[in-house]
Order: sequence, then structure tokens, then C-alpha cells
Amino acid sequence: MALLEVNNLCISFGGLRAVDDFNITIEKGELYGLIGPNGAGKTTVFNLLTGVYKPNEGIIRLDGKDITRKSTTEINHEGIARTFQNIRLFKDMSVIDNVKVGLSERFKYSMIEGILHIGNYKKVEKEMDEEAMKLLSVFDLDKERDTLAANLPYGKQRKLEIARAMATNPKLLLLDEPAAGMNPNETGELMDTIALVRKEFGMTILLIEHDMKLVSGICEKLTVLNFGRVLCQGETKTVLSDPEVIKAYLGE
Amino acid sequence: MSFLTYLISGLSLGSIYAIIALGYTMVYGIAKMLNFAHGDFIMVGCYIIFSVTGALSGNSAIGIIAAIVLCTLLGITTEFVAYRPLRGAASPLAVLITAIGVSYFLENVALLIFGADIKSFSSVIKWEGFTLADGQLRIQGVTIVTILVSVVVLVVLQLFIKKTKQGQAMLAASEDKGAAALMGINVNRTIMLTFAIGSALAAIAGALLCSAYPSLSPYTGAMPGIKAFVAAVLGGIGSIPGAMIGGLMLGIIEILSKTYISSQLSDAIVFGILVIVLLVKPTGILGKVIQEKV
Amino acid sequence: MKLNKKSKDNYITYAIVMVAYLIFQILSATGNLSSHMTGLLVPMTYYAVIAVALNLCVGILGELSIGHCGFMCIGAFSSAFFSKLTENVLAWPIRFFLAFVIGIAFAALFGFLIGIPVLRLKGDYLAIVTLAFGEIIKNVINAFYIGVDGNGVHFSMKNSMELNMEPDGNLIINGAMGITGTPHNSNFTIGIIVLLLSLFVVQNLINSRDGRAIMAVRDNYIAAEATGINVTRYKMMAFVLSAAIAGAAGVLFSHNITTLTASSQYFGYNASIMILVYVVLGGIGNIRGSVIAACVLYLLPELLRGFSTYRMLIYSIVLIVMMIVNWSPRVIEKREKLAAKIGFGSRKKIAR
Repeated sequence: MALLEVNNLCISFGGLRAVDDFNITIEKGELYGLIGPNGAGKTTVFNLLTGVYKPNEGIIRLDGKDITRKSTTEINHEGIARTFQNIRLFKDMSVIDNVKVGLSERFKYSMIEGILHIGNYKKVEKEMDEEAMKLLSVFDLDKERDTLAANLPYGKQRKLEIARAMATNPKLLLLDEPAAGMNPNETGELMDTIALVRKEFGMTILLIEHDMKLVSGICEKLTVLNFGRVLCQGETKTVLSDPEVIKAYLGE
Repeated sequence: MSFLTYLISGLSLGSIYAIIALGYTMVYGIAKMLNFAHGDFIMVGCYIIFSVTGALSGNSAIGIIAAIVLCTLLGITTEFVAYRPLRGAASPLAVLITAIGVSYFLENVALLIFGADIKSFSSVIKWEGFTLADGQLRIQGVTIVTILVSVVVLVVLQLFIKKTKQGQAMLAASEDKGAAALMGINVNRTIMLTFAIGSALAAIAGALLCSAYPSLSPYTGAMPGIKAFVAAVLGGIGSIPGAMIGGLMLGIIEILSKTYISSQLSDAIVFGILVIVLLVKPTGILGKVIQEKV
Repeated sequence: MKLNKKSKDNYITYAIVMVAYLIFQILSATGNLSSHMTGLLVPMTYYAVIAVALNLCVGILGELSIGHCGFMCIGAFSSAFFSKLTENVLAWPIRFFLAFVIGIAFAALFGFLIGIPVLRLKGDYLAIVTLAFGEIIKNVINAFYIGVDGNGVHFSMKNSMELNMEPDGNLIINGAMGITGTPHNSNFTIGIIVLLLSLFVVQNLINSRDGRAIMAVRDNYIAAEATGINVTRYKMMAFVLSAAIAGAAGVLFSHNITTLTASSQYFGYNASIMILVYVVLGGIGNIRGSVIAACVLYLLPELLRGFSTYRMLIYSIVLIVMMIVNWSPRVIEKREKLAAKIGFGSRKKIAR
């Protein structure tokens, strides 16, 4: 059974069909790319998958379970985590606290224990710290644990966003233009990080990207979106040599 | 007959709210900020009329003109000194707290100059009005003038926005400041003009308010200001006809609930309406929806 | 036990409060405290408590409330009602403790009920609706007439005659005249204990999983949702807790005053804005700062005669200047450039 199965997803905003008849099937462990020209509806697909928008039509199944009309919070609990095109960190919180927010569904104690610092508080907080540090060291952020997220350099902010998403222990990770605004060096480093996430956690990833070098370098499969519709779908090599795709990207 | 009397006095109060609400709604629509001090501009206007008229032994026309001019300057200055530096601040609370600070500032300056005691304001409208239906229905001059002024203000503002270049620039700036700037509109100047118009309206509203309710203190403007904001929300913030409708509705509701329910609870009822509107139709009667982009 | 930086910070706050308490107690014991000054101590504690409550709402939850004195009002009236009712029944320590339980519970309940509509809104609208609710609470309480006699409790919203009480009946809430003769159980020591407890609750909350979730919602609610945080739940939690603490301040208030009325002076939005001034000047999100600002700003005008005439004017100017200096994009840019020139490097904020 596929990890993510999306059928006939549609949404329109005031008459404009932003996403029309979108289908995708992602198997467990795959690294899947979603590409397309600006305004093709890629981020809208992410917003539909994570419940930010509710689709007019269509079904989204994660691990066989219908999650179509669930809220963003519930969808995260079901196992989809994401990053954002314009970085959205908890910027007035420390790096480690950003990750610990992601951990808070898995490491629990009651509000009373939290307010009085009694019972499980100390034990669970220690476990959270350890788990968070483990994650941060994977992303090479362990030295910045107490830095304010807003004060991190750009590339590290991107990494922290991925670390925070990973902290929720997702089945599927959505990355929205992770290389946006990065120089070739940073992009290279990011590709290594993504490869590491796959190796360490066996993560299934769907990513939106413009950087063709990154896409062709790491994605196994691609879906090309144009004017809200799927233009082409399949193995990376096949898709990138498709004349329709070349036309959509380079124009006539 | 008495119901009609109350209805008319509601219309009159509502017209004052409408004029204040017009200023609120324009500033909110274009600068996207709640100018908490707007009500205090009214108070400043009233004190200017009070002082100038007093000094000129009763010539209120010059007092009104002075109030309009000085309030306009006050609005422009406030925008320039306190609000403009905070445009684009990371926290939306910053400019609201500053506006609260400006409100406090104006009230306390007035308190230092004029003292806390209530001044009795002599109406700027000398016309007594007339009586109808064998003296059972008496309509005061100030009531009629207030309603007429609000209609004139509404029409002039609508024409200004629809027909002039500056008005179109305001509309554009309210839609998208960035795009408006790219189209060659001076956004800073447009916002300043909005503040100027809003503050001039506050001065006019002040003259009418204190003519109808002739007691003037440093806190005179605060409550009507907040209620006018309720009116602007009720009508749909950013919408000029909405401010008019909201103002009139609010005035009538306030007077009728004061009369038929409880004078103690009339403010509570007015604020209750704000809560209900924001829950049921947050965009108000004539407002439009804006969604945050993810 | 090794203290980490955060808990060390918390202990510094408690220490400051306790040292201040000791200084005032020593001054009082050695006869160096005028009776005027002694009278200011309890108000100082309840203003510090409500400043902590409001900072939880503004600084930690990130929503501006300008109606917080409404919750203080509910705490004050519900507890004073209880104390009047049981004045001759219960011993004062038990009665006062229960008065706190009742005042806090009622304020929390209203925090919850008001939170349902309020927390669906954001920013300016949220602020103005909190103001509206503050005024509604004040107006409605002003219209309450409640009395007790042999036949039970009588209630009216018209006047005291409508209650139809027996001649020996006890009129407890007399409309706009409020409640008279609530036992004077508040004192400086109890005020300090309440302040320490509210500090304990709020500072511990910030360093817990719930507190982090609340701050995550403040910093970016869309990201918080996508990270599995139930935004509504945490907003409500912070708002109710903040209302409850404001309620505790109300209990101190009502048991320190002979006649309790729901007047604008104490419970109107201007009073709420005064608390906001404490919070802003102490530093939004800085709990210790709120306490210090509340105490200093409350005492200063009372102590400096000439200052009290100008205090509100000065506060309003400081409020405006503080916001522009701390938040104006252009000022921040200039400040960073200046810092770089002097050689401090770019300004690095340190995580709270």
C-alpha cells in the first residue's frame, strides 16, 4: 500500500481553479519532487495536503487512512510534517525550544505537573532535551542550542525548520522550496542534509523545488504541475526529457 | 409620538457616530491600523472651539474653522511622529500600543491645560428647531443640522474617492500598498491625507457632539470614539457607506435601549453588538474578506 | 543540584520580591514608614499581580487585552460577596482562603466564557473586544442588586426596592453603590505571597511544554498548527490562567477597600491601560520587568508630589517612545549599524 495516495484533488478560489484533478501516489521511502512554473499551484497542493485549505473535491489518504477534511493539527498527528517557503520559525524562542515544541505530542506530562514542576516534569523534560539534542546534532545545530531562532543564519534557519518538522516524528515530510535563497554551496550542503534524513530516519519526502540541479540530483520521481493540472508524472529522467515539460519550463 | 422623538434623537447621535466612524474606517482601511486616539481628536476639536469661541466672545464659526485646521494638523503630526516610524514593525501590537499612548497623551495634555472639571459647551447651532403635530414632536435645530452634515460629508467623501486622483490613490493603497507604490502612488502622502481627512471629520463631529451633549472634559471623546469604532466594524471596516449605516444603527440602538431597557446597560448592549457582529459576520455589513497567505 | 540558566533567572525574581518585602517590613518595624506609605503596600502587590497576569496574555500569548481589569472586577465582586455572606459564619483565615478560591474560579470561568468568542479574533479586533467585555462586565455589575434574608437570595437589576426583602434582610450588592464593608483581610504579607505564587505559576509555565506551545502560537500560529500544536487549546489555557491571576488581584483589592464599586477608575479600560503601561515599560514578555515596573510606577507618583500631576503625561510619552525605539524597523536598523560601528558586532538577543 502506498504511503500517500491523492485522488482527484480540486480547489478553486473565486472561480479560479488553483488545483484541478491532482493525483499523486508516493510509496514509503521515496523522495518525490513536485515541480512546475511559478503560480502552477505547488504550494496550494501542500496547503491542501496539510489541511490549511479544504479541497472542494478529492480524497487524501495517508497510510490508507482518509485524512481529507482533518485540521492541520490533526494531520500533523496523523504523520505529515512540513516546512514553509517563507521560513516560519518560532523566532523569539531558542533553537532547542523550537524542536521541543515539535516533540510535545510525544513527550507528555499534565499541565499541573508543568506549572508546579512536579511528578513527571523533570524526567520527561530530560528525555525531551536528549531527544532534541540528538536531532539538533543530526542537523549540525547542537552548538546553537540556546541561540534565538531569529538570530540563526539563513541556511541554518532552513535546517532548523526541517529539524522541527522531524521532531513530530512524521511518516511523510513535505519540504517547500528548501533551497530557495541559498547559494550553490548551501544548496549542496542541504542536499547532503536531505540525504542524511533519508538514511537516518528512512523518511519519505515530497519536495517542491525550482533548483533543477537539486531536483535531478536527489529526486527519484517527479510530478510536474502547470496551471493547476498535472502535466507529467514518473521517473525523474523520463519526466525531465518530456517535450511538454521542456515547453512549459522554457516556453515555445 | 415619543417613540418617534427617540428615533430622531437616535438618528442624530447616530449621525455623529457616523462622521467619527468615517474617519476611523478610512484610516483603518488604508493605514491598516486602529487609531485609538481618534476619539481624542474630537475632544481636542471641542476644546479649540470652546477656547476660540470664548476668546472671540461667541463667534463660533471661526472656532469651528480653527478646530478643523488644527485637528488636521494634529492628525498629520501624529501620523508622522508616532505611527509612520512603526509602519512595517514586526509586531502588529506595536502601533496599537503607540496609538493608546497618543490617546493617553492627548487626554493628559488637556487635563493639564483645562483641568478635570466639566466645561459647559455652548451649542454652535443657534437655531432652535421646530415643533410638529401640535407641539407633541419637537425637533431641535442641532438634530437637523447634524443629520444634514453627515449626509453631506458622506456624499462629498464618496465623490472624492470615486472622482479624484487622490481618492483613487487611497483606494489603491488600501488594496495593496506595495503595488500602489510601484504604480507611482506616494503611499506615505496618501496615508497622511487620509489622516488629515479623518481628523478634520473628527473636529466636525466634535462640534456637533458637544452641541448636542454640551459637557466637555478631557475624556469627552474617548467613549464616542470607541463606539464609533464599533459602528465602523458593524458597517464593515474600510467601507464608507458601511460606516454611515453602522453609525446610524448604533445611535438608534443606543438611544432606544437607554429608553426602553436600561440606561445603566445601554453601553453594555452596544458593546454586546460588537461582539455578536465580530462572531457572526466579522466583516460587518458591507466589508470584504481578507485571508492570510500561507 | 546544578541550576540551569532559566531556573536561576526565576530564583532571582523570587529573591527580588522577598528582599523588597523584607526592606518594607524592616522600615515598618523601625517606624520609618509613614501611614500613607503603609497604605500603598497592598495596592502595590495587587497591581504587580495583575501586571504579571497581563504580561502572560500580552507577552507570552501575544494577544493585547485592554479589558483585564474586568477579570479583576469579577474576582473582586465574587469574593467580596462570599466574604460578606459568610462574615459571621467562618473564621477569617478559612473565609479568606475560600474567598481566593471563589474569586479565582469565577475570574477563570469568565476568562473561559469570554475567551470562546475573543480568541477567535486577532490583533486589533481582539484588543477592542476585550475592551468591550471589560466595559460590559463593569456595566452589568453596576446594575446588580443582590440581597439575602431569611427566605434566601433576592436578585434584581432595577433597584434595591425590587428585591422585596424582609426588614432584617442584608443587602449585599447595591447596584452602582457596590459592596460596602467587606472585611479587611488583605495585608502586605498575603499580597506578597499571592505575588510569589503568581510568579511561580507563570514562570514555571513558560519553562514547560504547555508554555512553549503557547509561545509557539504567539510566534507563528500557522507553523504551530503544522507542528501539531492545538492552537485553540493553548490560547485558551493562557487566557484563562491570565484571567484567573487577575481574579486573585481582585480578591486582594476587594478585601482592602471599604466600599467596592465597579467604577471606571478601578475597572474601566483606562485602568486596564494603566496596567498595560506597566507591562510595556517592564518589557513585553519579561515577567520580572512587569513586577518591578508595576511597583516602581505605582509608588513613584505617590511619593514624588510634583510628579503625580505629570505622571500620566510622562507615562504616555514614555510609552510612545518605547514602542518606537523597540519596534520601528528604521530605528532598529540604525541601532544595529551604530552597534556595528562601535564594535559590538550585530546585536544578538539572548533567549529568554
